[in-house]
Amino acid sequence: MNQTQTRGLPRWTTQTILYAVLLIGGILMIIPFVWMLATSLKPAKEVFLGNFFPIAPTLDNFQAVLKKVPFARWYLNSLIVATLSTLSVAFFDSLVGFVLAKYEFRGKNVIFVFILSTLMVPTEMLIIPWFILSNSLNWVDTYWGIMFPGIMTAFGVFLMKQFMEGIPSELLDAARIDGVSEFGLFWRIAMPLVKPALAALCIFNFLGNWNAFLWPVIITEKMDMRTVPVGLAFFSGEAGSAWELIMAGASMATIPFLIVFLIFQRQIIKGIALTGLKG
Amino acid sequence: MAVRARGLSLGQRRAVWAYIFLIVPLLFFIGVRFAPTLFAMSVSLFKWDILSPTKPWLGLQNYETLFADKVFWKSLTNTLLYVVLSVPLELVFGLTFALLLQSAARWKGFFRALYFIPFVTSTVAISWVWRWMYEPTFGPLNKLLAFLSLPEQKYLANPDQALPSIVIAIAWQAVGFYIIIFLAGLEAIPADFYEAAKIDGAHAWDLFRHITLPLLNPTIVFLTVIGTINGIQVFTQVLNMSFQGTGGPLDATKSLVLFIYQQAFRSFKMGYASAGTVVLFGIILLITLIQLKVTTRRVEY
Repeated sequence: MNQTQTRGLPRWTTQTILYAVLLIGGILMIIPFVWMLATSLKPAKEVFLGNFFPIAPTLDNFQAVLKKVPFARWYLNSLIVATLSTLSVAFFDSLVGFVLAKYEFRGKNVIFVFILSTLMVPTEMLIIPWFILSNSLNWVDTYWGIMFPGIMTAFGVFLMKQFMEGIPSELLDAARIDGVSEFGLFWRIAMPLVKPALAALCIFNFLGNWNAFLWPVIITEKMDMRTVPVGLAFFSGEAGSAWELIMAGASMATIPFLIVFLIFQRQIIKGIALTGLKG
Repeated sequence: MAVRARGLSLGQRRAVWAYIFLIVPLLFFIGVRFAPTLFAMSVSLFKWDILSPTKPWLGLQNYETLFADKVFWKSLTNTLLYVVLSVPLELVFGLTFALLLQSAARWKGFFRALYFIPFVTSTVAISWVWRWMYEPTFGPLNKLLAFLSLPEQKYLANPDQALPSIVIAIAWQAVGFYIIIFLAGLEAIPADFYEAAKIDGAHAWDLFRHITLPLLNPTIVFLTVIGTINGIQVFTQVLNMSFQGTGGPLDATKSLVLFIYQQAFRSFKMGYASAGTVVLFGIILLITLIQLKVTTRRVEY
């Protein structure tokens, strides 16, 4: 089992070295977050002293940020956008995947290849047409405007098709005989059977939407319609050298999400590995 | 097959349902993905200023201007540098830590989660944290260098160091993803392969060189392609880490996407920016085709 065990060296030595390296790596991963939090808790005059940790920790910076910018509103915006587009992706990508995996009809392969081929076009290329469209339809500064490019994804269709193919056709035929409608086959029979893949897709998609920056920064102009990343970027850009405020903002943007991650880390990591491997 | 009412066979009825289910998604993929692709290509042939009512036809003039634009070439070579520097870094560290984690007897899940934290964190927030770490006068990196009596650095303010500094932040955030995917790849390798080789007297390095590495090949190809495509599209880190988000100092960090963004949404030259996106599309298409060629030629072991 143990591949790193080399001849001569006893097992405990290799394991000690191994954990030392793992620990150094872990510290490197965590130090920027500690530095972020430490700075956010420092009074302004401490920021330019040499100390790493705050001497007189305070929550004033958080209050100051909340007073300056509508951070709670940004959170709400991000939550609404990420949740709604994830629900839409979960429904439509699964439906298309189900149809492409389990139905026989003319043009099936053409449709599949067509949807997949849209994956090759980078978002950056579509952003200018999307912006021209949104501008003429007054979608700027609306939730729909932020969301519409991501309500379905070619990647999700591909992923769900892979998993829908694993559902035995006999099962669907038996359900048909029992009088289940075609939509019922999808909703009540297929969907529960692909739950792990569906969860993975939702996690992957929610993360992507939550952290999305390029499109939201273009489609939102009003302060109140910004998402967390966009709001944070503008706030930090205007804060000058008030690093204690910028770090308070960064902490507010990351820590609640980190707590959610730590609670569900097993499922999230499994989900990412699953989407990565099938993709 | 039983024929039902309205003269449709069972198979035909199902096909009708398939089309009904596909109507909305197809409209989406045509309207939001396909048509805008063609539209972007056509916009690139016009002088398209969003504020001006006339959009005169230019033909290929946007492309001629683009290929004569020094800043475009600078951003293109920068983009190449982002890819060439970040992908090997991510692959090497990703594989190393995946191998270490796989051999760890305990705490595997703990370390895996630890390394994965940056990946799930907001890129914007992380960019600002790194920017503050790199801060030349008060940042902790220079404080550490001063403590070790080493010369302090300018990092993001130095044209030679700015791009590599951003690359480190990018790789630091991405490495957790590489570890997870490598781990999944490693777990798929049957343990008997190692057992058999050990019986034949193979050493750790032989096992890695002749079993692990060849069997991980699909994973390595997958991650290289993902990393390359992500690297080509680098934007968020550059906008948030470079001074005033302009890709400075002296355009030293400007990426292709930032160049396009500035042309389209700072100078409002939509036609010119679209020409840039067509070039970007061409590059990504090329990489995808190369990937298809490599992965369809997959060797059986």
